[in-house]
Amino acid sequence: MSFVRRNAWTLGLVALMVVLLGVTRLIQPNFGVSGLESLARAALPFAFATAAMAVVVIVGGIDLSVASMMAVCSVTAAVLMQTMGGVPAILITLAVGTLMGLINGVLIVLTRVPDIVVTLAMLFVWEGTALLILNSPGGIAAPFLREAIAGSVLIHGLPKALILMAIIVAVIWVPLKRSKLGLAIYATGSDENAAFRSGVAVGRTKAAAYAVCGLFSAFGGLSLLALTGIGEPVPGPYLLAAVAAVVLGGAVLGGGIGGLLGPIIAVFILRIIRTILTLAAVDPNVTTIVEGTIMVGVVMFGAFLMMRGRSPS
Amino acid sequence: MTSQTDPMSSGVTDTLLDAQNVAKSFGAVRALTDASLTVRRGEVVALMGANGAGKSTFVKILTGAIRPDKGRVTIRGAEARVGSPAEARRSGLVPVYQEPSLIPDLDISDNLRLGDTNADTFRHWAAELGHPELRLDAMIRDLPLATLRIIDLARALASTPDVLLLDELTAALPTDLVERVLRVARQQAEDGRGVIYISHRFAEIAALCDRATVLRDGRSVGDVDIAPGIEDRVVEMMLGARIDLGQRAAETARPKPGGAPRLRVQNLAAAPKLIDASFDLHPGEVLGVVALEGQGQDELFEVLAGMRKPAGGTVEIDGAPALFRHPADAIAAGLKFVPGNRAEALFRERSVRENIAMPFSARARAWGPLRLRHEKARVAEAVERLQIDTRAQGEVQRLSGGNQQKVTIGRWLAHGVETLLLFDPTRGIDVRTKRQIYPLVRELAGQGAAVLYYTSELAEVPLACDRAVVIFNGCVVDIVEAVDATEERLMRAAYGLTSAEGAA
Repeated sequence: MSFVRRNAWTLGLVALMVVLLGVTRLIQPNFGVSGLESLARAALPFAFATAAMAVVVIVGGIDLSVASMMAVCSVTAAVLMQTMGGVPAILITLAVGTLMGLINGVLIVLTRVPDIVVTLAMLFVWEGTALLILNSPGGIAAPFLREAIAGSVLIHGLPKALILMAIIVAVIWVPLKRSKLGLAIYATGSDENAAFRSGVAVGRTKAAAYAVCGLFSAFGGLSLLALTGIGEPVPGPYLLAAVAAVVLGGAVLGGGIGGLLGPIIAVFILRIIRTILTLAAVDPNVTTIVEGTIMVGVVMFGAFLMMRGRSPS
Repeated sequence: MTSQTDPMSSGVTDTLLDAQNVAKSFGAVRALTDASLTVRRGEVVALMGANGAGKSTFVKILTGAIRPDKGRVTIRGAEARVGSPAEARRSGLVPVYQEPSLIPDLDISDNLRLGDTNADTFRHWAAELGHPELRLDAMIRDLPLATLRIIDLARALASTPDVLLLDELTAALPTDLVERVLRVARQQAEDGRGVIYISHRFAEIAALCDRATVLRDGRSVGDVDIAPGIEDRVVEMMLGARIDLGQRAAETARPKPGGAPRLRVQNLAAAPKLIDASFDLHPGEVLGVVALEGQGQDELFEVLAGMRKPAGGTVEIDGAPALFRHPADAIAAGLKFVPGNRAEALFRERSVRENIAMPFSARARAWGPLRLRHEKARVAEAVERLQIDTRAQGEVQRLSGGNQQKVTIGRWLAHGVETLLLFDPTRGIDVRTKRQIYPLVRELAGQGAAVLYYTSELAEVPLACDRAVVIFNGCVVDIVEAVDATEERLMRAAYGLTSAEGAA
């Protein structure tokens, strides 16, 4: 009972995703394993960008520089892989991403400038940094990185990209969520003043959440590199897509509510909707209109259900 | 031992908390000038003071939420480097506030884990406080306020604090819970710990506390042992000698006006704090409202201003029932509200003129070109009448507090006033401006306006009002004629000490 109630939103999203997959199958009867695999691959950078955004949204902030940090990480890894092995390059890239996130967080905490302003400024800073590292698409991706997200594992039809993403997010997020820091992140986002009075080091918690955001952005950058095979210094369309998925995924802008699972499922929902509309040969410009409408509709519907659920008490 | 021992060597073991000569200013406002408080082992000490005496600033300093400019706080004889609530907690002082410091989006057990509180000890105290059935997986935001206070208190007790600070904990708590809270607090003292108890209720203080420290105007003015009949002494200390606010103009309070009331409020209730308010307000009358903080006066004014829906009771204007769905309805019915917090009324970055003229163009059907000439004339008239210093009129936020307040009142004068709802109009403004506001209020009443005037400064009541209603615990407990409205009488009434205490 309690489990269902607490995870109602996520379960609803899962149901919606299953329905949408069914619709896809109806429209395109030969949508199968390869379709799922390419869907999962294409969703990968969006999923990491969304995970990154979700962490800072939960702590009560927002990070507009996610896509730019992904670009920095993508080119950093692409350049490093020209001269060194894939593994050290990946580790350095992850460290770079975490450091960028930490810089964002520390600036927000120390200057007390609103997070939206700081990260907007940092969007430009990281964008420039990426172009300094590599001023046009280039570099190389280690072969194993490209293979890591291609095809299926274990059973036919279980995309590797999906499993890889699930493992990475779970390894970082599950222990974090169960730690005191995770609790502090939710507490700070929920009510900063009460958290402060409860003895939470609010400033450090925020900085740490932004660092985790940077770490997920680094994975996003690496997945971009794995996807295309070259480093791309110009940020992709990941920022607003991430905000959209976070909101659709049940996190509340303002903090304290939500998790990573819901937003990541929301990423897939948005990708599937796009696939369906493409398969149905809908004008691509109409596609974005439909996506936006669905987002507002679903969030309003959820708020309506929540109010209905609370009023009897 | 190392360098220097405490001069009060005998008191070291006995004194749990010792705060001396604490001072704190916020910009030009001196919130605390010289506050001191000691709590010894086995003692419950009441911290008392009228509104604005500096209590809440003092509490914030003791609990480490803000740092004092001067003075020191020692806990168990050791200098407490209280820099954050977490540090205050570690050094042994645990506060429980009227607003529970629990995280709404987490369940009880997560809230306990946040402060490393032992769940079993917590359960023990929750049971002791009358809540043995609490489920630890209950979400905080789903629980009623009274339960949250108990959870907050049980959590504090579970960390076995040397000094427990209870800040207005019993406000709006059901009687049986109040008794349990008092019993537990007493038990803490008997176990050799210390308790700081902040409350507006004399009955509780008399039942619980050993001593009372009284604050006035940011300094400690007395430290008395609680004994029967001490109330008068404490009230006297809280009032003290006060600044002369000027004399009432030659006219005295006029006799109670006859005829139909402009505004009739009957049995009005509004969540969360207003329970039962009834009074009449006649044209040509200034009716004062006197209450301690948070007794329901905010709700009363918000209902009358159309900002909040009442839970019960009626409001009649000129004999016709009124129900406001939007502040615009209240304004259309002639009820003009001046909020206590100027920031809520003013457009800080806009000019004086735009601020005053806003009601002209606020209504939807007045949209379209502004009637600039009309506006200009009316605004000039209001500025003239209120003697607003217009040297910095480009942006209202650059005006002094007093002048900002005049703008918030002037907005309604330019529009023509029937009924004015003033909520603490002299809060935080200088004496000179205050002296301009009283005659203005009188003058408006003289011209037939009806004025409801809440004030946190009791001395203002005889200066500006004809009568005053006193609200305590959400109910109107007394109506005082201005001629009888001595501060002592008002203060006693505001503390619920009139006639049959607590019987209502």
